[in-house]
Amino acid sequence: MPILIRNRQIVDEPSPPELVLEPGDDPAAHAERFSGLNVVAINFPKYGDGRGYSIARLLRERYGYKGELRAVGVVARDHLQRMAQCGFDSFLLREGEDAQAALAAFDELSEAYQASAAQPVPLFRRRVGR
Amino acid sequence: MYLYDDIDQRLVDERVAQFRDQTRRFLEGRLAEDDFRALRLRNGLYVQRYAPMLRIAIPYGLLSSRQLRKLADIARRYDRGYGHFSTRQNLQLNWPKLAEVPEILAELATVEMHAIQTSGNCVRNITADQFAGVARDEIVDSFVWCELIRQWSTFHPEFSYLPRKFKIAVNGAVADRAATFVHDIGIHAIRNSENEVGFKVIVGGGLGRTPVVGHVIREFLPWPHLLTYLDAILRVYNRHGRRDNIHKARIKILVKERGVDKFREEVDAEWAQLKDGPATLTAGEIERVAGRFTRPRYQNLSNQNLLKEGPFGAWVKRNVHAHKMRGYAAVTLSLKKTGVPPGDVTSEQMERIAELADHYSFGELRVTHEQNLVFADVRQAELHGLWQELRALGLATPNIGLLTNIICCPGGDFCSLANAKSIPVAEAIQRRFDDLDYLHDIGDLDLNISGCINACGHHHVGHIGIIGVDKNGEEWYQVEIGGNQAPASLGKVIGPSFARADVANVIERLIETYLELRDSESERFVDVVHRAGVEPFKKHVYANPDQKPADRRRAVAA
Repeated sequence: MPILIRNRQIVDEPSPPELVLEPGDDPAAHAERFSGLNVVAINFPKYGDGRGYSIARLLRERYGYKGELRAVGVVARDHLQRMAQCGFDSFLLREGEDAQAALAAFDELSEAYQASAAQPVPLFRRRVGR
Repeated sequence: MYLYDDIDQRLVDERVAQFRDQTRRFLEGRLAEDDFRALRLRNGLYVQRYAPMLRIAIPYGLLSSRQLRKLADIARRYDRGYGHFSTRQNLQLNWPKLAEVPEILAELATVEMHAIQTSGNCVRNITADQFAGVARDEIVDSFVWCELIRQWSTFHPEFSYLPRKFKIAVNGAVADRAATFVHDIGIHAIRNSENEVGFKVIVGGGLGRTPVVGHVIREFLPWPHLLTYLDAILRVYNRHGRRDNIHKARIKILVKERGVDKFREEVDAEWAQLKDGPATLTAGEIERVAGRFTRPRYQNLSNQNLLKEGPFGAWVKRNVHAHKMRGYAAVTLSLKKTGVPPGDVTSEQMERIAELADHYSFGELRVTHEQNLVFADVRQAELHGLWQELRALGLATPNIGLLTNIICCPGGDFCSLANAKSIPVAEAIQRRFDDLDYLHDIGDLDLNISGCINACGHHHVGHIGIIGVDKNGEEWYQVEIGGNQAPASLGKVIGPSFARADVANVIERLIETYLELRDSESERFVDVVHRAGVEPFKKHVYANPDQKPADRRRAVAA
């Protein structure tokens, strides 16, 4: 049974997503709907398929989606921090992932240079005066 | 040198810890082979033909003597006492042990170095023109912009799993010395009519199995928008680049399939949303980054009259370059001595080079994409002394820009992708053209060799390009002529391929044809090819009975 991490906690009974986006989907097609949704999932069909990262940022930064954004599919511990930076707050780990170890993976890098959904101000604007 | 601040250092240290953990999980069987592959690759670690290969990042090719000493030490302790400078201005170690790689990375971190994103499907090391900061035709110091892009691209959360690798080159001067038209993105500094600094942005160029000259996607991008514009290009590529076929996954294919105008429209639509957002660069940030670079303290000197005769004169002519400061010069250390694999340097040489850099060039050096080293700030009065020292080290071959300054990938001797060996071919050609007077008479000629279609040796943009091909398990070599780095043009294949033993003969025939056809010494080989076409070269090469396809010897060197 795959384990769901949400807001850095293991969730026992996750609610099913109301919308699942595939990496080839255009989120613009659903732009009107996002304000009414509570759980949207983005599927990662392969370990190295990075399209979902862009889709997540668009949902958060362009379409103002505020609900739960869940990464599903091939979601492994080593993906989590970057997914979180792109706006995911929930992660359905693939079969066999160690959930406790995964919880520790969110903080492996303590800072990011770039602007992202989680930190809209890039480091260089926060470095001023240093 | 850009000096790290505490955050830069912390991130590199954290990456070491993260990679150490990933390696441990792999060795303990808790991380699957395929998953570890994706993770180790983005940290420069390949598993090669005989051993792992670790590619150490040298951002935009800039190195301090302290870093070079550390590289020498690492090569000696963890490898076989030498390293290979690559066309991406990086250093490759060919024999490290997988379990020791985290230790190597920890050592590198102590001198502000790493192997982050030197491979994998992410933004790779940013390359630059090797005379940044000292060239007379400079518009901006490309190193400052490279460092800004390095930081933007490092661990980019959105662009860590691109369809394919992504290479960016920055050129800060009028002349393009960074091959900006054959990169995924080329960034070429320019000034507009109001004398404001901006960038010409070129997209979709590249070598590899589908060589393409890039397209100008924006003639003038004002500098504050550089990062938001890069974000827009990368987002379009990340979402729409092909992922169904690894050979069609580079951005050049997307640009080609969309057409450059349609691609530009998509980028502009994306950029409209990002432009003027928080990632817009500020003058303060440019100043901050520029201020973290160490700068040479030049003295007030006058220009010297340098000897033009004899071996020293030949070296000055080929390996010494003009400098923006009076009394100074930039010097290329040739890593293309006959008999030494192009780009290879031993630990002993690295240590001596570090000493010389301290004494002659403010303790810094650069790695060029032609696999040589540059001392950028040498006093002209000390050139003769430096030349003597370099000669003793075998680093003063006066062949920069000449036929024997061969760009060459590691090829079948090391690389598991290669179809054929490339180093022995380079050596055979260097031996054939060992007469310096003849070499200087032939004049400017770029000869590039790749061991396979992936084109790491940039054969498509060599005036003469050689590529290893596989025919029924045998190593053969195809020859192209007429390629050029800048302005970029791609070579044309002259005809059926050759056995390794014949390649040097073929090059000799090409040169004979050129010398016959050139109208003066100032008409270079590549100019003649562009003027007269491939035909006369082809005719002369295949007129030799040995090269006629029908009776070509099938013998291939072992």
